[in-house]
Formats: sequence, structure tokens, C-alpha cells
Amino acid sequence: MSITLTERAARHVGNFIDKRGKGFGIRLGVKTSGCSGMAYKLEFVDQALDDDLVFDSHGVKVVIDRKSLAYLNGTELDYVREGLNEGFKFNNPNAKNQCGCGESFNV
Amino acid sequence: MALLQIAEPGQSAMPHKHRLAVGIDLGTTNSLVATVRNGIAVCLTDEQGRALLPSLVHYRDNDIELGFDAMNARVSDPRNTIVSVKRFMGRGLADVAHIEAMPYIFEETPGMLRLRTAQGSKSPVEISAEILRVLRKRAEASLGGELTGAVVTVPAYFDDAQRQATRDAARLAGLHVLRLLNEPTAAAVAYGLDNTSEGVYAVFDLGGGTFDLSILKLTRGVFEVLATNGDTALGGDDFDHRLYCWALDHARIAPPSAEDARRLQMAARAVKELLTVSEEAPFRLRLDSGEEVDLTVTRTDFFEMTRPLVQKTLVPVKRALRDAGLSPRDVKGVVMVGGATRMPHIQRTVAEYFGQEPLTNLDPDKVVALGAAMQANALAGNRREDDQWLLLDVIPLSLGLETMGGLSEKIIPRNATLPVARAQEFTTFKDGQTAMSFHIVQGERELVSDCRSLARFELRGIPPMAAGAARIRVTFQVDADGLLSVSALETSTGVEASIHVKPSYGLTDDEIAAMLRSGLENADGDQAARALREQRVEAERILEACTQALAADGDLLDEAERTAIDALIARLRKLTAGHDAATLSEGVNTLSRATEDFAARRMNRTLRSALTGHNIDEL
Repeated sequence: MSITLTERAARHVGNFIDKRGKGFGIRLGVKTSGCSGMAYKLEFVDQALDDDLVFDSHGVKVVIDRKSLAYLNGTELDYVREGLNEGFKFNNPNAKNQCGCGESFNV
Repeated sequence: MALLQIAEPGQSAMPHKHRLAVGIDLGTTNSLVATVRNGIAVCLTDEQGRALLPSLVHYRDNDIELGFDAMNARVSDPRNTIVSVKRFMGRGLADVAHIEAMPYIFEETPGMLRLRTAQGSKSPVEISAEILRVLRKRAEASLGGELTGAVVTVPAYFDDAQRQATRDAARLAGLHVLRLLNEPTAAAVAYGLDNTSEGVYAVFDLGGGTFDLSILKLTRGVFEVLATNGDTALGGDDFDHRLYCWALDHARIAPPSAEDARRLQMAARAVKELLTVSEEAPFRLRLDSGEEVDLTVTRTDFFEMTRPLVQKTLVPVKRALRDAGLSPRDVKGVVMVGGATRMPHIQRTVAEYFGQEPLTNLDPDKVVALGAAMQANALAGNRREDDQWLLLDVIPLSLGLETMGGLSEKIIPRNATLPVARAQEFTTFKDGQTAMSFHIVQGERELVSDCRSLARFELRGIPPMAAGAARIRVTFQVDADGLLSVSALETSTGVEASIHVKPSYGLTDDEIAAMLRSGLENADGDQAARALREQRVEAERILEACTQALAADGDLLDEAERTAIDALIARLRKLTAGHDAATLSEGVNTLSRATEDFAARRMNRTLRSALTGHNIDEL
């Protein structure tokens, strides 16, 4: 059972938390909706909840709730640059297909 | 595919529902676009990693060059390369200073001037829209989606016409404008001052070619602009020019060609920038003429040669503080904006004057755009519930209505927070008056002729009534962007007329500053002028009444009485042309007293005719 960050993603997350001035780590999760069933969630975390699992990846605390972990186990979060756009990308081995926009997926 | 950003806890957007919002600093020299990404405000860059977009538009026969690409065209095709178009926004030809020195072909059209280019006649709104369109495309490429909205910044002294023009330009560029925000307010927001304790702040904005100083007061989340001042011909370019002149002096070279002059200017700028980080800088250049410039400039040299320029910035600072009735010690923080504020001696001078270190840790070129982005993010609804802040803007100059005698009746005072609506009742001046014309003006002075005319409209269809009987309710409404609409309603009949103020043209920056200043300086003179106008109106009213009475009931007077009254009327007519309120007032009173008896006789006649044929018991 694990969720990992690429080194580059971890560096950016660390940076963003520093600039934000506070934060325990980041939360990954899924929520239902979107054109392909489920959508990724990516948020700052100020405090982990009882139900949460916490992983450590390259020094960044990655928080996830148990339900979401079932859909995200083995996921690697990367930070990529595509032209002018840059941001985080979920490499999720559980996703069977995803909509063209990459924001929602199906297992 | 879309790349994800880290959201605030609980704020992840639903897929395809991202509310992408940007802040845009549409500057005279450079423009920028910024957004809040992963919780942090950042400026968005082009493919070469440059955040600044020079505000330059070059119209060629078949296409348009913009920003850095248009830099060279300033020299090669000046007529079609529009520089500093912001100065023309919402302006008529008469409003623009030094227009004769500009290389453009201007056209005067009602409302706003236009420029004739290789692609035909273009309005400043269209030219600004080209710049905004590039920024919008950059933002959409960077954020991976369509924008929900944008906050565009404008100088604090921009009047209604200039704000309207800016908003129109954004709309033309396909942007949904969430709010127009004052530049100094945006800078204060970028520093998070809106979350801090209340107090007075100064924003010191020294750009490439202009200097603006604003005094802001923060009270309960509202930034009021207490005073603005500035110098439209003072900026970082003047510092380059001093260095350039110094180099010409010391290198002992022949007067340079145009091309060499340009290269020397660019070298001067590089030296200036180097001197902000090091104690000395080489000024080395081989000119096309074969001559060599090989000099070393120390910081001390540079400070010495530009000291007068630095001192010049303090003049508007002092004026603004005086207008606001404050001393330097009342200022709680000083925000530095504009690339030229990086110069150490500017920072030192400001620190000495205000007795505190100015805020400089944000990039002064980007600070306005960053603050606008933060505001846009909040307005688009990307903030937590408990973190909501509401930033209010204020009316820069009072809005009023012309009343009889050319006086300005202020309906919405300066610094009223937006949005705002105020209503006031007016009445008719003459018997049977069926129409009323409204003249909307902006400014602090008492006389309409000293204020800026914004718009005129008419209310028709008022039922004929005695003078003073009609009740006309005039409502001024200003929306959150500072745009005005005015309506007039005759309350007994419901006849209504209204206007959205699309002002014909705006004020020059200097004019606004001057109007604010003169409003304070001329308070006494204005009052005297007001008294005179009021007496004139009174005189005209009584003359009108007497003329009518004489026409109707002149037979009640014997010849001597009639002659006496006619003489007094003639005398008062003469006095109205004069400039002394006191004698005019005396003339009004004399005529009024002399006609008292006549008025009483008229009253009796009316009573008698009303009673004729009626039994006293019926009454």
C-alpha cells in the first residue's frame, strides 16, 4: 500500500507549503463525478483526520482517506510542464480509462 | 490534459468546473497577468519566461506585432507603433499633453480620440484590447482552460470615462471583468495589508515614465483613497537619461548618431540596473562611429547625478500628505511599486522621509498584478468560507448635478464606498415647466465650469405645475466597478428618464490632481462664487415673477407706482450682470419690499374673484 511523489513533485509541494506559510502536507483523494465517474482531489492539509493514512515521500507528508486509497493505491504524483502550463499529474495504475481532460477517471 | 493545482482544504473544484481567474496590470509601459496557483499569487510568463509584456502595439499592413516583438518598430515605424496607449484611454484630443510631439496621426471623434494606422482608424480601446488579448491567451495557455473572469487595475485617479474605456477594452479582448481595482489598492492587497490592522498607507509608484503617489486609508476592509498626486513626466527613464548625458560628457565623443544614441541609452539602463546590486559598474561600448566609451560609474557618482530626480519625487509626496491633512509620521507603511523603486537611493530617501523602511520584498514590477490576482481569486469564489474578505473601492471624485446658476450639487461624495446609490429631490424653477435637463458632473469644486462634464439627459412629460410643486427624484447609482447610471423620476406622475453614463471624455491625470488640490485651495473663493450665483438665481426668480405679475395684474397699479417698480426691475437687471453678491442681494430685497403692496392687492383681487357669486357660508 503506498502513494508516492516524484522527487520533482515533492520539491514543488515543499515550496508551495513554505510560501503558503503553514500546512502539514497534501491530501490526495477521489470524489465521484466528472465525465468519467471519479475525479482527483488535491489539497493542502492543515491537520490529518482520524480516518486518514499518512505516507512520507521525499520528506512530504501525503495524507489520504481509506476509501480513496482503494482507488489510488500505487499512484505516483508527478509535477510536469506542458508548454506554458504546469501542474500535478496523477499516474494511477488503477485507472482503466480517463476522460480527455485527465481530471476524471474510471476503475 | 489538464494539470492539477493544489487547492485549499475543502476547496477542490469539481472537474471541468475550475474557476480560473486572473489579475491584469494594464500598464503605461508594461503589462502583466497573474493568477493564484497552488495557493500563491504568481505572474504568468510567455514562452521565453518573461512576465512583462511591453505595452506596445505595431500595426503592419496585414498583421500586428506586440510587446517585445514591436520594440524595434518604435524606431523603424513610429507612426504605426503605439506606445503608452493608456494615456489616451477615455480622452479627447484636447486632454492629452504634448500631443504635437507624438508621431501619430490623430483623429478627433466625439468622445475619444482615434489614431490612424496602417490598418485604419483605431481607438485607444481597440489598441488596449490587443494587449489584453495577448495576456488572456497567455493565461489560458498557462492555466489550461477558459478564464472565468479578470480583475483589471487602473490608476486611482482614473475618472469614469477612463474606467469605462478600460472595461470596454477588456470586454473587447474577450475578458469578463469581475472588477476594476485601483492600482495602489492592488499593491496594498499583494502585501496583505487588507488583513492587517487599520491605518494609513502610502503607495510610492515610480514606473518607467510616470510617478504616482497615493495615500490610502484602511478601515474595516475598505481602502479609501485619501489623496493622489504625481508627476506624469518623471520615471526610471529619466535616470537612464542622466547617465546617458553623463557618459556623453565624460567620454568626450562627437554627438552620436540616432542608432548610437539608442545603444548608449540601453547601456545606461544596464549600468543603472547593475548599480542597484553592486558598488560600481563599467560603462563600456564601441560605437558605430568607431569611437569607444570606456568609463566606470560608481554608486556615489550615480546618486550624485540623479539626486535632483530623487528630490523631485518628494514634491508630490508632500503635496499628497498635505491634501490628506497628514504628516509623514501618520503613515503606517509605505508600499514600493514600479521597477525604478529598486534603486537604493530611492529606497533610502523614502525611508528617511517616512521614518521607516518601505515594503520592498515583493517584486515592484509585479506587485500590482499579484494583488489583482488575489482579488480575482477571491471574487471568483476560490477562497474558503471563513477566509472571505471583501475589498471595497471608493469613488475617486465626487459626482453631482448642475443646479440653477451653474452650481454643482454633489450627490455622491468622494470616497463613498462602492457600490452606492444616493437620491435627492429636485423641483421645477418655472410655472408650467414640463421638461427638465440634467447635467452630470464630476469634481470637487462648487462651480460646474470647474468640474468635468460627464453626461446630459432630459426628463420630459412633467405635468404643468406651479414652480416648486413638482417632485423630481434623482437617483445616482454607481456599481462595483465605479460606473455610473442616473435616473430621474417625477414622483406624482411616475414619468421617468435615465442614462447610463458613457461619458464623452475624461480628465487628464494632471487635471484630476489639480482639481483635487484646487478644491481644497479654493474653498474660500468658491464660496464667494457660490454666494454670487445663488443671488443671481434669486434675482432672476424675482424678476420673472414680477414680469408675470405686471403682465397679469398691471392695471392694479397707478402710473407712479408702475414707474417706480419698473425702475427697480431695470436696476436689478443691471445688477445681475455685476459680480458683487452683496449689492445684488440688496437689489433683490429692495424690489421685493417695493412690490409687497402690489402683491397684497393681487391677492385680494384673486380672493374676490374666487368669492364672487358664493355665499360666505359656503366657505
